[in-house]
Amino acid sequence: MPAVLCIENLGKTYPGGLTALKSVNLTIQQGEIFALLGPNGAGKTTLIGIVCGLVNATTGRVLAAGHDVKREPRAARRLIGLVPQELATEAFETVEAAVKFSRGLYGHPPDQALVERVLRRLTLWDKRDTKIMALSGGMKRRVMIAKALVHEPKILFLDEPSAGVDVELRRDMWQAVRDLRDAGVTIILTTHYIEEAEEMADRIGVINKGELILVEDKTELMRKLGRRELRLHLTDALHEVPSPLAAYSLTLIDGGLTLVFSFTDEAGQERIPTLLRDVSLAGLNFRDLQTQQTSLEDIFVSLVKER
Amino acid sequence: MNWHAVRAIYRFEMARTFRTVVQSILTPVLTTSLYFVVFGSAIGSRMTDIDGIPFAAFIVPGLVMLSVLTESIGNASFGIYFPKWSGTIYELLSAPVSTAEIVLGYVGAAATKSIMIGLIILATSAFFVPLSVLHPLMMLGFLALTALTFSLFGFLLGIWATSWEKLQFVPALIITPLTFLGGSFYSIDMLPPVWRTITLFNPVVYLISGFRWSFYGQSAINPLVSITMVVLIMVVCLALIAWIIRSGWRLRH
Repeated sequence: MPAVLCIENLGKTYPGGLTALKSVNLTIQQGEIFALLGPNGAGKTTLIGIVCGLVNATTGRVLAAGHDVKREPRAARRLIGLVPQELATEAFETVEAAVKFSRGLYGHPPDQALVERVLRRLTLWDKRDTKIMALSGGMKRRVMIAKALVHEPKILFLDEPSAGVDVELRRDMWQAVRDLRDAGVTIILTTHYIEEAEEMADRIGVINKGELILVEDKTELMRKLGRRELRLHLTDALHEVPSPLAAYSLTLIDGGLTLVFSFTDEAGQERIPTLLRDVSLAGLNFRDLQTQQTSLEDIFVSLVKER
Repeated sequence: MNWHAVRAIYRFEMARTFRTVVQSILTPVLTTSLYFVVFGSAIGSRMTDIDGIPFAAFIVPGLVMLSVLTESIGNASFGIYFPKWSGTIYELLSAPVSTAEIVLGYVGAAATKSIMIGLIILATSAFFVPLSVLHPLMMLGFLALTALTFSLFGFLLGIWATSWEKLQFVPALIITPLTFLGGSFYSIDMLPPVWRTITLFNPVVYLISGFRWSFYGQSAINPLVSITMVVLIMVVCLALIAWIIRSGWRLRH
């Protein structure tokens, strides 16, 4: 897949001396959903701000479909849609007027059919004549998404799209994002909800203290870093791991009542049948067994902690 | 040129005007009527003519200019300050629009509104004094040029302001005194020579004097000098705006 966004050596130091980004390199492929994870103040919003023209970079450059966002802002910005993190909407305008304004701002002629499609998709059509200030927070978030979609961007930035949004709406939004991806839109989202990244992203980047510390295919990342465990709950407590089982490097927890087998890859998984056979050969009885997998959240926490 | 964007901004701003029609249009009409009742009828009847013009008629151009100045600055500064304050400016900054398009949209709308108000005030004053305009085209020209120039200034003010206080500060403490001392209610020829000279540093003097000339064919300052001054202020404002948006001052981090 061709690259749609190239970020090269991007750095940002604010006038106060705070370095928000340190030489970030990132290439986004066309049509993917890329999730950018990171704690507060990691530099996610600064990164998005530079790409979208809200923040001036100190070093480096950004190419959107080959257009330098600084040198050819018009060509680059036409392609990019932004839904910022902060809820910022016009107050006194109606939903429909605000959405139409966005379309005009991006240089498109009016298109009532498209406006209606976008509003219906975000279930805002019934509210089209409502003043935005009368809407709930979740609805305002939808208006912001509608404003970004109505100018038909090829690259869409969603900065914390689920902040302050209830579960049902979040599911709706995820579906809308997938539909967009299927329509060929490239999506970059930042999130605190790891569940969201795990659910939606094709690739994941982790940013911390202004540095991109990892970029990886999601399933690959889960496979590489995802630790899995098999727990055997024994009927009788053990003082130590019996010697026939030494090869499995098991650990005993719960006062000797639980045997834990940790593994990270398929080779480890394939040893499970032999392990269970060896356990019965050693004369151990277990009343229950459990397997569990580390979530993206655990991976993320351990990555950020390491630094 | 992204004309769709200019149109979108212009219409958005004009919609704001019509939404608040009472506050936007009736207030200046009422205020002006009060001026005429007090200065025109009550006090004016005891005043002698100025340059052969009855006092009530003499103050008409001054009053129109007073409102056009205040309205231009107020509208244009609010128009750009409000999105800055509410955060919606992100959209303007990330959209494919140039400085020229942004300024054209916002300043165009603000100037349109103040020209409308100027004309409404003029019409209102016709109820109080017999109105005659000697050079109607020049009058409209002065009106438009002034509205445009001070809308540009208001736009600058809106970008500069970082709080509501600052937004009010400049009009209240600088523009209003300059307007009152700019010959709205008197001819600067009535001042002692020293003060007359000092007054010439007040740019508003040229606007009012030129505008009054278009009504009555006489003025304290040569109308050509007046027009030159208005154009000069406009060029300075334009240059400042071009620099501000290019550098991102107060807009982009």
